[in-house]
Amino acid sequence: MSELLELTAAQAADAIRRGEIEPDALWSAYRERAVADELNAYTWVAGAEPPEFDRSSPLAGVPVAVKDLFATEGIPSQAGSKILERYRPPYSATAVERLTGAGATLLGKTNQDEFAMGSSTEHSAYGPTLNPWDTGRVPGGSSGGSAAAVAAGTAPWSIGTDTGGSIRQPAALCGIVGMKPTYGAVSRYGMIAFASSLDQAGPFTRDVTDAALLLGVMVGEDPRDSTSIRLPGPIALPSATDLDGIRIGVPEELTGEGIEPGVLKAFEATLDVARELGATVEPTRLPHAPHALAAYYILAPAEASSNLARYDGVRYGLREDGADLLSMYTETREAGFGAEVKRRIMIGTYALSSGYYDAYYGRAQKVRTRISEDFRAAWESFDFIATPTSPTVAFELGAKLEDPLAMYLNDFCAVPMSLAGIPAISIPNGLADGLPTGFQLSGPAFSENRILDAAHALEKAIGFDGSKARKA
Amino acid sequence: MSLSRDQVLHVARLARLELTEDEVGRFSDELSKVFDWVETIEELGDLEDVEPTSHVVAVENALRADEPTPSLSQAEALAAAPDPAQGGFRVPSPGAGGGA
Repeated sequence: MSELLELTAAQAADAIRRGEIEPDALWSAYRERAVADELNAYTWVAGAEPPEFDRSSPLAGVPVAVKDLFATEGIPSQAGSKILERYRPPYSATAVERLTGAGATLLGKTNQDEFAMGSSTEHSAYGPTLNPWDTGRVPGGSSGGSAAAVAAGTAPWSIGTDTGGSIRQPAALCGIVGMKPTYGAVSRYGMIAFASSLDQAGPFTRDVTDAALLLGVMVGEDPRDSTSIRLPGPIALPSATDLDGIRIGVPEELTGEGIEPGVLKAFEATLDVARELGATVEPTRLPHAPHALAAYYILAPAEASSNLARYDGVRYGLREDGADLLSMYTETREAGFGAEVKRRIMIGTYALSSGYYDAYYGRAQKVRTRISEDFRAAWESFDFIATPTSPTVAFELGAKLEDPLAMYLNDFCAVPMSLAGIPAISIPNGLADGLPTGFQLSGPAFSENRILDAAHALEKAIGFDGSKARKA
Repeated sequence: MSLSRDQVLHVARLARLELTEDEVGRFSDELSKVFDWVETIEELGDLEDVEPTSHVVAVENALRADEPTPSLSQAEALAAAPDPAQGGFRVPSPGAGGGA
């Protein structure tokens, strides 16, 4: 059993296809660990009977855990919210259908901040998820369950969503790989919506090769999501072992004030590794990046306030009785939404309300343009932009729960890429004070294959060992 | 900037949220802080000539053929409803409480 758990997902798929391991044994090994999970990473785990799959398929029956906000037909899909308690959708998300269509088996649904609003997975109606490196600390968020499950080895890999860092930041805090592709690369059909112009699905994995394998299956144009796009070519498995000729820009704005010293030290050590691998590493500027987070906290709540208007107690989910229709709506929403979701709905509603639209939403959209322009200017001189993924290591449970602004600052380095819609990966970058840190590499739209290749070369040279978190 | 109690109640009404007394006080304080912070985008000065970004990837008119495809049955669509009745979603009368 322990040998099965040491295999990466790609290795396990190969071994199944070659007949070296039994897929039922792999299923049972992970399912037993998922059932016994003490991190509260799962909100639902599949039954013991191994699902059917095609042994010759690309993913060959390797189980996958899926963030709760992906609709899964007949299986609870609650998005971490009480307002969707016990909701079983009549259809599955395209991303999930593509995974199972490629031979993955659905192991479980993972915990998350309610409607993906949060950076710690403490804003879940189903209790917080714990970090496998230190169970007194958060796993990051919002996809904290997906990250913790992979880090703890209760799932070989998983998928999550990233609106402003919700894949990359928990990947960093849990010591695993997480990738947000170019906006539109993965269909949003069946992803319970937070901020539609930013939401994007992606993989959580132990290594970069697994990330490429899983992402390669997820991407594709989908007639059911008119914002989905076709990538210029398929996602390739990475093979690079050096960074010869690669130019990496390090933006001053995202690598100075506010970054913990231990995180910065690990980041700079990896820049040295990049130089040793043949890359040129130079400082650069993203002048508008310091304003990205403020613009994000207008745009994302505004879109959320509109998207979450659908939860009205009529068609699905919770209903609280009211004397008339309006009081049924308001009582249902008061009882069903948690504190952070209400806060964001209030922020968004205010920002969109009559007389304030131009000053807030309109202006934030213009800042978004400026941020995209900053990146476009950087690509004239650099192949990639590198930053720490998160300014801090995993923090203690409850530490930022009463201070929304402190919580929001977790995504300081991740949000600019979300606003620009560009791909970015976080890879494990060694420990600071015994806790994982992440190294974020971003590139122009559609540069997924180049990012994966560079991340692969860096990963081999860094040689991070995440097995400690899987032992428990 | 500081949001008054009346402003918080107005926004809550727009958002169809029924806040508790405690939440009204807390949101007045928290939202004031959040808006003080988001207003730092004022530091960027005049953005009059900047085009707003509503969508990051150039996609226009993603059209499909106008052909009927299978959809959920009425029973499937009603399966998760809190109060289905006579093939529809039953809700309280808009005027039953004399409000709205």
